[in-house]
Amino acid sequence: MAEPRILIVDDEGDLAFTLAERLQLRGFSARGVTSGEAAIEVVQHESPDAVVLDVKMPGTGGLSVLRTLKSLRPHLPVILVTGHGSRENAVEGMRLGAFRYLMKPVQIEELVALLHEATRGPGGGDG
Amino acid sequence: MVGEGTPGGILPLRQRFLRSLKNLFVAGADDFQPGSGGQERRYHVLRRYVVLSTAVVSLAPLLFATLLSYHQYEKTYRTELFNPIARLTATTKQTIDFFLAERRSALEMIVRDKSFEELSDPAELKRVLANLASSFGGFVDLGVLDASGHQRAYAGPYELSGKRYADQPWFSEVRQRGVHVSSVFLGHRGIPHFVIAVKHEDAGGTWHVLRATIDSEELNRRIGGPGVDDYTDIFLVNDEGLLQSPSRLFGSVLQAVPPSLLPPPAETASVSLRTVGDEPFVVGHASIEKSPFTLVLLHRSREQVETWQAIRGELILFFCVSVVLILSVIWGGSTYMVKRVRDADRRREASLHEVEYTNKMATIGRLAAGVAHEINNPLAIINEKAGLLLDLIAMTGEPPRREKVSELATAIISSVERASRVTHRLLGFSRHLDVRFEPIALPELIREVLGFLEREASYRNVEVVVTSEEGVPEIKSDRGQLQQVFLNIINNALAAVQDNVGRIEIAIRRAGIASVQVLVTDNGVGIEKANLTKIFEPFFTTKKGYGTGLGLSVTYGIVQKLGGTITVDSVLGHWTTFTVTLPTTPTTRQGGNDG
Repeated sequence: MAEPRILIVDDEGDLAFTLAERLQLRGFSARGVTSGEAAIEVVQHESPDAVVLDVKMPGTGGLSVLRTLKSLRPHLPVILVTGHGSRENAVEGMRLGAFRYLMKPVQIEELVALLHEATRGPGGGDG
Repeated sequence: MVGEGTPGGILPLRQRFLRSLKNLFVAGADDFQPGSGGQERRYHVLRRYVVLSTAVVSLAPLLFATLLSYHQYEKTYRTELFNPIARLTATTKQTIDFFLAERRSALEMIVRDKSFEELSDPAELKRVLANLASSFGGFVDLGVLDASGHQRAYAGPYELSGKRYADQPWFSEVRQRGVHVSSVFLGHRGIPHFVIAVKHEDAGGTWHVLRATIDSEELNRRIGGPGVDDYTDIFLVNDEGLLQSPSRLFGSVLQAVPPSLLPPPAETASVSLRTVGDEPFVVGHASIEKSPFTLVLLHRSREQVETWQAIRGELILFFCVSVVLILSVIWGGSTYMVKRVRDADRRREASLHEVEYTNKMATIGRLAAGVAHEINNPLAIINEKAGLLLDLIAMTGEPPRREKVSELATAIISSVERASRVTHRLLGFSRHLDVRFEPIALPELIREVLGFLEREASYRNVEVVVTSEEGVPEIKSDRGQLQQVFLNIINNALAAVQDNVGRIEIAIRRAGIASVQVLVTDNGVGIEKANLTKIFEPFFTTKKGYGTGLGLSVTYGIVQKLGGTITVDSVLGHWTTFTVTLPTTPTTRQGGNDG
């Protein structure tokens, strides 16, 4: 099986790119983007296996990005990342069809486990 | 303290009165400055003003009334005491005037009727004396003198014929004035009498004098009479203060009377109150015309004077007691009232502090979510960078490249710095409540405040624009308090605008020589006209359910405390502008600083 392709969306570029690098070290094909618009673009053209999405982002907020992604690819697993202050948003995201949510700061092993679950699971990997 | 014992019902009224007085005298007395050192002095000044003004207002009418009563009493008393004496003096004076005028006229008639030669005849002169004595009484002898003062004829009991009077003062007086009445003197037999002399001048210019001696006893009988009682002494004195008639009090003729009884100079008639020995007397004086005599009438009036003195004493006592009473009540009352005012001020100060603190904590609470996110992000970056570093060490068989390690460590450090900037900002905000003045550049302060809010603004896609006029001066003010003010106002603006289309403009500009203005305009929901006047009132809120209604009232209080003003203007559904005007240097509203 090819390396699962993971898209990481966070307005903090430092975070997105570092996380991508760490996932690459763990056998994922990961890339980071810093805006919702870029994420939608990537999903439309590169069809990643899973998306790690920051809920709180300027401009188009994380939840509206989630909505768009779900309308584009209903079975795409999206893992939400949220701070303590916006747990309500995460709950709302689950309702909108997010796969799981994680609190910042993210524990890499937990994320890796979730990504494996998401890309191998029954609903995962619709590509 | 007297005021404590005052009946309770009077106090609220008095308190209101004192409050209005306080407002009248102490400008801005109600604008309490927390923690200002001049407070105690101000209460002292307040009390002094209250005491002084109340004392003047209450004592002036009392003084006026007392003086008026005194004057009235004195007038009545004088009238009652002096008028009878004045009347009796005048009557007696008339009698004496008449007695002297009668005899003078008789002599003048004789001198005109008979020639010098006729009068020089001793037999004729004796006959004239006999007629005079029988018609008028009191005539003892008669003498005729020629112009050289030589007595040419004499009729009477003594042998005075041929005597010369040229160098006697009375002779020169009669030569000049035409008439002379002498003081009383004792004659050869020790009987008191006096002299009347008249001059007659012929058509040819030669002149002579007719001189008569009159027994004083005849005059003494005219003094006294009806209206003279046991309390009254009446007598004549001459210009030297010697008795000219016997006195009940001072003895017989030619005794001296006390100087205190001498008539006032240059007054023909007067009544006055005098003390002789220890006795008070009402004394009437009347000078007798064309004679050396002055009539003196003494009326012993111990009872009347004592009555007057008693009334006067009572008046003075009444006045003094009233003054003491009024002053004690005013002093006590004012002390009590000022104490109450001070206590109320202190309570207000305490509750204001509490409200400020509560409000600050609420503001911090509102900010907590944003702040947490701001700190979480750098923490997450640190987490990932450190994680990657460990990954590189653990997962690649060789040690990581120097550049990579250095890049990761730098990123970690810069994230730590970013987090600590946030925590410092928060600490700076919550640090102190007391007013502490320092130079502040408003554009910088606004940027600091926006540091708390720009995340929320950017997440909600709200545009925030800051413009600052060229050369806006630094102001001296309190950083923490100003941060709170603008945090409240900009936070309100953020709450008012809609996501994605919201716009907040913050303009910093000069306002006159010594003020700077910050205008915060949002294109949010606006404020109803009816609410514009109320939004600075405590507990007014339109955020039903989650607003304390204290934010803007506390903001208002802080701006006032810093010597500035805050106003609001709005069009419902379009825009709202809050204008904060701040002095470049603290104004007098600011008291001392114990903070």
